[in-house]
Amino acid sequence: MKLDFDWKPLLLAPILALVALPLTGSVSTWLTLTVAGLAMGMIIFIIASGLTLVFGLMDVLNFGHGVFIALGAFVASSVLGLMGDWTGSGELWRNLVAVFPAMLAAMAVAGAIGLAFERFIVRPVYGQHLKQILITMGGMIIGEELIKVIWGPAQIPLPLPEALRGSLLVGDAAISKYRLLAVAVGVVVFGVLAWTLGRTKIGLLIRAGVQDREMVESLGYRIGRLFVGVFVVGSALAGLGGVMWGLFQQNLVPQMGAQVNVLIFIVIIIGGLGSTGGALLGALLVGLMTNYIGFLLPTLTQFASIFLMVAVLLWRPQGVYPVANR
Amino acid sequence: MSTDNLLTLEGVQTHIGAYHILHGVDLAVPKGQLTMLLGRNGAGKTTTLRTIMGLWHASQGRVQFAGKDITALHTPQIAELGVAYVPENMGIFSDLTVKENMVLAARSAKNADAIDDTRLKWIFKLFPAVEKFWNHPAGKLSGGQKQMLAVSRAIVEPRQLLIIDEPSKGLAPVMINNMIEAFGELKRSGVTILLVEQNIHFAQRLGDTVAVMDNGRVVHSGSMAAFSADAQLQQSLLGLAL
Repeated sequence: MKLDFDWKPLLLAPILALVALPLTGSVSTWLTLTVAGLAMGMIIFIIASGLTLVFGLMDVLNFGHGVFIALGAFVASSVLGLMGDWTGSGELWRNLVAVFPAMLAAMAVAGAIGLAFERFIVRPVYGQHLKQILITMGGMIIGEELIKVIWGPAQIPLPLPEALRGSLLVGDAAISKYRLLAVAVGVVVFGVLAWTLGRTKIGLLIRAGVQDREMVESLGYRIGRLFVGVFVVGSALAGLGGVMWGLFQQNLVPQMGAQVNVLIFIVIIIGGLGSTGGALLGALLVGLMTNYIGFLLPTLTQFASIFLMVAVLLWRPQGVYPVANR
Repeated sequence: MSTDNLLTLEGVQTHIGAYHILHGVDLAVPKGQLTMLLGRNGAGKTTTLRTIMGLWHASQGRVQFAGKDITALHTPQIAELGVAYVPENMGIFSDLTVKENMVLAARSAKNADAIDDTRLKWIFKLFPAVEKFWNHPAGKLSGGQKQMLAVSRAIVEPRQLLIIDEPSKGLAPVMINNMIEAFGELKRSGVTILLVEQNIHFAQRLGDTVAVMDNGRVVHSGSMAAFSADAQLQQSLLGLAL
């Protein structure tokens, strides 16, 4: 019996990067685009990781996930607005001290709203996909309207803290400082998720629940509580992702969640529903593809991720790392 | 019903959606014995097991376990009372390793090191494949090895009642013999077992008591020895020509 890991999908990202290298014309441009793509991918992964677990474990099509992204970003804008002295400082540590509580507040608020969202919107429609789509989209519309009530309907600027603006020069390549931070945050989130899922009993339960919820219950575990916990964590991660995305775009609109929603569904479909590792790979591929196509064929940028999804699904109809029994 | 029965079903009726599957099942599982639940395909055997486990709820009737009414309890609550269930599809978590499957089944263990060592050695003796493929993905096991893992999971911690659905299904004869030996050992350990089976030879070698289902009811119950000795009864209830 072989202990074989399916490594072929892991080659997709380096192959994509290598194919882009001669097309971009110079190594420095390629490096800039690659780091930008990886950063974008990491931010999308942070948002998508919660959704793929919710999808995989709870079989819930949560089209309202985007509202937690927007909520996280708007909460962060309020927190950062209160810490103007810290964000305006040129010292990196003072900027990070401002960003960190903004992230925590965004996660806490998104998680708390997620708890209510699961209880009142999702729970009545467990097992009913069509109703889930309709009611979670309705929930997102209500959430967007509430954001407009609190923060107003207009676009809100979310400038980067002083020390995170600009780029580092590596040779001729300009590497955005904020994008390096985004990569670091994404790596930490992936590390924590991978450790939790792979090394703890809660993680085992989640992985088992993604495959066969009924059997987990037959072993004596109350999966309903696990559902709620995963939904809250998924919402909190979306809130964190919203902070990162908001700072990435540097502008917030109440509809920003809906705009990102399409991207994250593409990511989790590419990755295989319920697979965290698959979501990371899918997010990196989408980030890289969007940046390369945005540079090479700007008019096709909107289609880049859809084209990627179609190509991957033609190769692996269940996504790159499908979870068994689903 | 006798107080020596660990599990009793009285007039249990179960509906699945619009379908009326169980039409008043009366069943007694004596403590410390192996009860075989037999019947043709579609007789309601699996539905009976799932109703006992709370995976489908009885619309009428009563399920009692160790003197407690469990009819309305949820599946995890029933499992916590000491009932282990091995479904027909074995319910193996194929993306997890054999070890991880066992850790999950051992509710009180945080990790593999916390599983009772003596019990684990006993399981390894019963089912050597579980030890051999300890760190391998469970999805890579053969059908027989998966069945061994499924039963091992059910007994990794002491349980009062094991409910097992068709353990011999799809297994090679040599695997069936191994399984019979293992169930024999489990019987000797004093655990109560309710086993659904289609393989009459398997049932005859292991069963202490038997209940035969037809059309959503138990139409015969008694000792396996008497049932085995009555070819005409087997013919009429199971359509067997032995």
